[in-house]
Amino acid sequence: MKDSLFSTARVMAIGRNTFTELVRQKVFYFLLLFALIMIGSSSFLAKISFQGEFQMLKDVALGAMSVFLCLLAILATAMLLPRDLEERTIFTILSKPVPRYEYLLGKLLGVVMMLALSTVVMGMLFLAVLLMREQVVLAETQRSLAGSPQELAAAIAEVKRSAFTWDLIPGMAILLVKSVLLASLTLFISTFATSGIFAILVSACAYFIGHLQVTAREYWLSGMGMHWWTRLFTALIALIFPDLQAFNLTDDIVAGVHLPMDVFWQTVALGGVYASVYYALACFLFQNREL
Amino acid sequence: MAFSCMTGRIAPFRLLSATVMLILVGAVLLPWEIQLQKSGKEAGFRTVALDLSLREQIGQSGFLAALSGFRSPVAAFLWIKSHIAWENTEWGRMAALFETVTTLQPHTRLYWDIAAWHMAWNASMAAEQDKNQHSEVLKQRTSSQYIDLGRDILERGIRNNPKDYYLYERLGILLRDRRKDHAGAAEAFSKAASFSDAPAYVKRFAAYEMAQVPGREREAYDRLKALYVEGEKQRLPTLLKLLGQMEEKLRIPEGERVKPRQPAVIKPSHR
Repeated sequence: MKDSLFSTARVMAIGRNTFTELVRQKVFYFLLLFALIMIGSSSFLAKISFQGEFQMLKDVALGAMSVFLCLLAILATAMLLPRDLEERTIFTILSKPVPRYEYLLGKLLGVVMMLALSTVVMGMLFLAVLLMREQVVLAETQRSLAGSPQELAAAIAEVKRSAFTWDLIPGMAILLVKSVLLASLTLFISTFATSGIFAILVSACAYFIGHLQVTAREYWLSGMGMHWWTRLFTALIALIFPDLQAFNLTDDIVAGVHLPMDVFWQTVALGGVYASVYYALACFLFQNREL
Repeated sequence: MAFSCMTGRIAPFRLLSATVMLILVGAVLLPWEIQLQKSGKEAGFRTVALDLSLREQIGQSGFLAALSGFRSPVAAFLWIKSHIAWENTEWGRMAALFETVTTLQPHTRLYWDIAAWHMAWNASMAAEQDKNQHSEVLKQRTSSQYIDLGRDILERGIRNNPKDYYLYERLGILLRDRRKDHAGAAEAFSKAASFSDAPAYVKRFAAYEMAQVPGREREAYDRLKALYVEGEKQRLPTLLKLLGQMEEKLRIPEGERVKPRQPAVIKPSHR
């Protein structure tokens, strides 16, 4: 059989295999269970606060989704290469022959499939809880304001405004994009790390630094009253790390700010570019790595 | 040696090349990131500045969480804490927590509304009825300070959400009920009514408050008349009563009145 430069079938096979391995891991189930419990219980947490029921529900549920996806992206991806190296399965795969870039792409694809599945499952549970609560609150509102049609109309409009909005869907999509970017970044880091723990720690540091990147960038570009080494340091932070704050849109979506589609697509595109760049750099480093 | 153990068997030159490529890509993407940040700010996103003052308010872990994209859940957690502080009537602690919550989530109208309500109503009434304070003057002063704090919260909320009718409406209610400032209330309700999504009653409230302001009877009458003309839905008892009062004060000719003057009733004398 003639070997082609790129085989979608090979990549998909590795991706499916990676996906299957990941969903069988206990850490996946524990994290997913935790996230689902948080989302499900957000409805009860909402009752603690005076009013703002939907606000609380959305805050807790989307926060749980974000934590879970980021954790999963880093933890799942960081262990891929070390595990394959330890179990020697990587030699079997690469000797097929499977080009190293296809191997990495398949691994990344498997992680992305798992992240996408998790996002869909959590998103559906979240929306189900939100819509159920909305119906309950609407029924209560109609019962209590049955005698005042004008007030009832205003109250119903307010309930609908506070509960489900279409902006929540792109908001959850952005969470997925951010987690894919983190997975790709972790894959890049794991290509030059021998231990999974090192990859996890460095990825976690990159996660936090990425959220400070915008501050470093503003300091660097303002350039006021800084020593040259400070400018250099902030410049390196701004150029090496991605601006992860760009993907934190759910905080304002929950507050009712409308997400314009051009901002959404630009954010998705930026995430896609970063993920591609990290994948390309991972291939560059992994190509000549001694196994 | 330690570095090569951590980084595996990759030539240092290759690692350095990857770093340089990363920096070059970062330089290429930099204008895009800046543009995206600007577009986001124009749309109302990424307007919260997470600075050291916030770090002092919410502590290290809270600040780290807020910085990591969990601003909303941190605000929700602090909101629950403020609710607990309310149950313990810790008004000062509530005020501090509200300050932090509204800083973290400035676009959530609920936080501004409830925070102002707690200060201008609950805290100020608690100050008026404080059994531990024997000076009436100090009670009233503290109460007034809480009302001013509530007003300040709403005004800050309006600055953060200038296109939201709701906070203007709440400001109008505060000025009407807690300050008896009918002119200020009329202005706030009028501003709220200028938004297309404002409920119909807000326009009525603006007219009602205008009718209480000496010297603005004509303006009040014009507004009440315009509402009356809109139809049955607006012809509520309060509107009709105030319309009649304005017609009397302004001595509107009989033919132009919507509420004709009632003929004088002569009571028969009993012998």
